[in-house]
Amino acid sequence: MDELLKLLKNNAKESPENLAKLLGLTAEEVTGQIESYENDGIIQGYQAVINEDKLDGAPVTAAIEVRLTAEREGGFNRIAERISRFPEVRSAFLMSGGYDLLLFVSGKNLNEVASFVSEKLSTMDGVVGTGTHFMLKTYKRNDVLMHIPDENERPQISP
Amino acid sequence: MKTNVPKSLHSRIAAHVRDIPRSGIRDFFDIVSSRDDVISLGVGEPDFMTPWHIREAAISALEQGLTSYTSNLGLLSLRKEISCYIAGLTGTEYNPETEVLVAVGVSEAMDLAIRALVEPGDEVLYHEPCYVSYNPVITFAHGVPVAVETTAENDFKLTRAQLETKVTDKTKLLILNFPTNPTGAVLSREETEEIAQFAIDHDLIVLTDEIYGELSYDVKHSSILEIPGMKERTIYLHGFSKAWAMTGFRLGFSCAPPELTEAMMKIHQYTMLCAPILSQRAALEALKNPAEDIAEMRESYAVRRNYMHSAFCEMGVDCFMPGGAFYMFPSIDKFGMSSYDFAMKLLEEENVAVVPGTAFGSCGEGSIRCCYATALDDLKEAMPRIARFVSRLT
Repeated sequence: MDELLKLLKNNAKESPENLAKLLGLTAEEVTGQIESYENDGIIQGYQAVINEDKLDGAPVTAAIEVRLTAEREGGFNRIAERISRFPEVRSAFLMSGGYDLLLFVSGKNLNEVASFVSEKLSTMDGVVGTGTHFMLKTYKRNDVLMHIPDENERPQISP
Repeated sequence: MKTNVPKSLHSRIAAHVRDIPRSGIRDFFDIVSSRDDVISLGVGEPDFMTPWHIREAAISALEQGLTSYTSNLGLLSLRKEISCYIAGLTGTEYNPETEVLVAVGVSEAMDLAIRALVEPGDEVLYHEPCYVSYNPVITFAHGVPVAVETTAENDFKLTRAQLETKVTDKTKLLILNFPTNPTGAVLSREETEEIAQFAIDHDLIVLTDEIYGELSYDVKHSSILEIPGMKERTIYLHGFSKAWAMTGFRLGFSCAPPELTEAMMKIHQYTMLCAPILSQRAALEALKNPAEDIAEMRESYAVRRNYMHSAFCEMGVDCFMPGGAFYMFPSIDKFGMSSYDFAMKLLEEENVAVVPGTAFGSCGEGSIRCCYATALDDLKEAMPRIARFVSRLT
């Protein structure tokens, strides 16, 4: 991955001036490069990494395995795209192995996720079966370790 | 019962140890440690943790109960991997049975090499500013340290002409450290050849500390080992601390002709016995896929190097762009105060710790060492503080 993308992936809030200093470029060159990444769809957006466990009324998230029937035209694409449009579905991946689609679905509480599965997902044409696994605790999200304190007693001056 | 008042303990300390001044870096360390919320650019180690797969290998070794001594030279499996890695890095083949010694850091290997070679009165050439241990370790071995001063005007390079002014018929050893701590200086292949020829012409042994060999940013580092005729007269030192971020594992090694390795081993076996087995197992894992681990960290240091350098340029501080290692050695000469006073004032007024250049030899006066293997967030806080401090001085 390009060094600029790595820096942004690590901290999307980094200013173009700082990025320019880090990369030995001008701020204009950095801004131009970011724009072209955005235009090419390489950068799709900028989001905060939130430790949801710390929120009051933290959402409930489940990983849901979905088995599908493929269609002659387009395979899984049409149905997978339909499923992805539900706002409850936060991520969706086509998988190899024992099931076809892996979804990460969030709701305010257990009931909300359960009713999404039973009423919306399972009833769709093409959905053959589902398996729902509720997430209990997040240890790491988007490369960021959660809950793990950094206890480093490194000396501040060393040769 | 008659009790004798003991003679002063100070007077009983061996003169050649007593007379070595306390390290300036330690005094400064004590002051920095007594303060809160200091942003430190004063460290000599990466801010990365050791890659997880390496830490995991050490844990697994402990789980398996690998808690014994190893062969004095180190685990043969590790020496084989080292030999293979160094062949890839420098094109030089070493026999893992007789030419590789695993030590407790390059520091120990350096001490072993100097003690194995230096007799009282032998002169040892090294370039300054340099790592803090060279001068004292030569002195502990009753040798005579002979510093060759390098300067920012010459990109802190060492040249044959400089060496020729210091060499005598008592010179036995030449210590090299490129890329250099604290300046980040590097030598090109041609410049290294010139020094190799100097060593050959004066029949010197070369002790090359290449701990920063992987951390070269603009061109690939060229080891003196690559030059024909050098393997026979070189002790090559390397270790895992810097490139793999494994400082606390304390693991380094030497590659040298069998006679020299055997001599170093004699001292090592009676003073250290062997390097810790858990660290050796971790190092074995480190050598499995070194390119990937190192490349990631090197790229990250490279961008921080750019950042720090442009920050110094912006504040009008003269700063040599280092080609390797992870230090910058800017000149603070124009502010009319000593390195120590500058560092102390910067600490007091802005809570940023840097190391006074004099810690690395008297010719480091007029400079400070700043480590850019520091978290980017800390750098982004520290550099504006230094800029603010400097603007008050001008």
